[in-house]
Amino acid sequence: MKNILLVAAVLLLYVLHQDFWNWRTAHPLVFGFVPIGLFYHACFAAASSLLMWLLVRFAWPGHLEREIESQEQREDTAR
Amino acid sequence: MIPAIFVFVYLAVVLYIGVFAFRKARGKEEAEDYFLASRSLGPVVFLLSLFGTNMTAFAILGSSGHAFSNGIVTFGLMATSSGLVIPLTLFLIGTRVWALGKKFGFMTPVQMFRDRWECGHIGTVITVVQAALLVPYIIIGVMGGGTTLNVISGGLVPFWFGGAVVALVVMSYVFFGGMRGTAWVNTFQTVLFLIFGAIAVVVIGSAMGGFAGAIGAMQNAPALAPLLTRERVSPYYFFSYTFIPLSAIAFPHIAIFCLTARKMSQFKKTVIFYPLCIMAIWLPCVFLGVVANRVTDVPEIRQKIEARRTLATQGKSLAPEQRDELREEAAGDDVLLILLKRFAPLWLAGILGAGIMAAVMASDSQILALSTMFAEDIFAYYGGRRRYGERAQVQTGRVFVIILTLFAYLVALRAPETIFELAIQYAFSGFAALSPLLVAALFWRGSTKWGALASTVWTALAVIAVAIFQARFPAPAPGGNVVAATLGGWEAITRTPGGTAIFGFMPVVPMVIVSALLMILVSLATKKPHEATLRRYFARARGDVRAADELAQAA
Repeated sequence: MKNILLVAAVLLLYVLHQDFWNWRTAHPLVFGFVPIGLFYHACFAAASSLLMWLLVRFAWPGHLEREIESQEQREDTAR
Repeated sequence: MIPAIFVFVYLAVVLYIGVFAFRKARGKEEAEDYFLASRSLGPVVFLLSLFGTNMTAFAILGSSGHAFSNGIVTFGLMATSSGLVIPLTLFLIGTRVWALGKKFGFMTPVQMFRDRWECGHIGTVITVVQAALLVPYIIIGVMGGGTTLNVISGGLVPFWFGGAVVALVVMSYVFFGGMRGTAWVNTFQTVLFLIFGAIAVVVIGSAMGGFAGAIGAMQNAPALAPLLTRERVSPYYFFSYTFIPLSAIAFPHIAIFCLTARKMSQFKKTVIFYPLCIMAIWLPCVFLGVVANRVTDVPEIRQKIEARRTLATQGKSLAPEQRDELREEAAGDDVLLILLKRFAPLWLAGILGAGIMAAVMASDSQILALSTMFAEDIFAYYGGRRRYGERAQVQTGRVFVIILTLFAYLVALRAPETIFELAIQYAFSGFAALSPLLVAALFWRGSTKWGALASTVWTALAVIAVAIFQARFPAPAPGGNVVAATLGGWEAITRTPGGTAIFGFMPVVPMVIVSALLMILVSLATKKPHEATLRRYFARARGDVRAADELAQAA
């Protein structure tokens, strides 16, 4: 279930990248000078970072690291 | 000339870092130390250096130049699509490449492909295609260096000399410092650019009297208002760009860089902070590129805007050569530097120029990657190391660095394309089409060497086909797309002012999809590697999870 939610979050963010609703307008100007399309994508970058944090927190492939550590320990023992 | 002096001082510092790395490695003549810094990079150097490796002249000069001509769309097109896709590929593919490199001692992706698919010469074909696609990326660095020094010095340092200086400095610290020197220099460069990029926005913004006035004026000018929206760009084109960042992990220098981390946990911070780093660098570059359209009191910018206007209004009646000339004139690769010259005090322009130079010089990693590929995938694989020893292998890699840099410099002197076009059309799309190789090797037991060969040959042919098509059909004037082929009433292949469109999409979309399909179909029809080989790669996937964990815990 956890993995399905994470995959769904990735797909959702990918779809949200295509923000057609901001296509033809610069308004509102955020802070008085940032066109909305640019501001939206700045927020999108922050959302991407948050998604990456979720992936690292809940789907980190730790088994790969454990395999390497055990291999290194075996090599050290053999020496 | 004063700003140019700052840049030369910066180049001297960078050179010293390379020499320092060389001294630190003295006595170690192993290939793993020179090419991978003994797989020992810490978390901060790993994040900043990996990021700096991706921030080339294309990212800095290309992005502000693209924003100058196309507006805010540049940020969504290139920055946020990269901010999502690149860390995702590092998370899914980079970590696994690191683990396999550590487990089996791989130093290049092709070494992994050869072992995983039990192939020899097919690996060589992949190396050759990778190398052919990587060289344009290196040329960008030299061109960017030449442009930067030329503009910063007010034309006193000619393009050929600026390019030569940059090529020489990069070549020297890669030659001496190897991966350690390159990673340290990249870290230093990234920090420099992040700090001075922020200063550039504040200084230029306040010198312009605030950005609100400039943006307000742009909104009221019919020719400039569309730059604040995306109305001039097709949603298909925008969507296509999300395929481009797939190239990042398939670039050999990025895949090789994944092998340098001391621990896999070092990927965590990189994956999380990558989108924020992208935003920190691209947002100012794009924004400044857009507002540069209002700085019409600078003759160079006025000239560019005039050339753009002529191209739009009279382009259709001009000869292709005249259109190319106008396009060159309208290109905005140097707008960031022009803004610095116009608004920043001399000393600050010099430091900021050094910051830009930092990003421009990121081609060092590509040069080192090609040297690693030559030394490992060609020299060592065909018996060089066995015959002449590891020391000779490292020296061969170093000689290769010299030859490659000289070649890139000579091509950069003649290349007529703008920085941005050159990067996108050849290197990025090609590597994106090679990304199915990594996915298949790491995640699909059923993939075969013949599938990999089919994808690779397709990639090479597709890149050549696009190049020939664009040479045969000159770029039309804005708004005057040339339809070269139709299918069922649809515009199948179109020559656009910026490149080629296949059913409205950029060529990268069909290139990646066909490459993936070929990998699947050809693999299904051909013989898989031996079970013993597959077991080394997919033990856990076959249900041996508990056994692997027990083994790890027992050890």
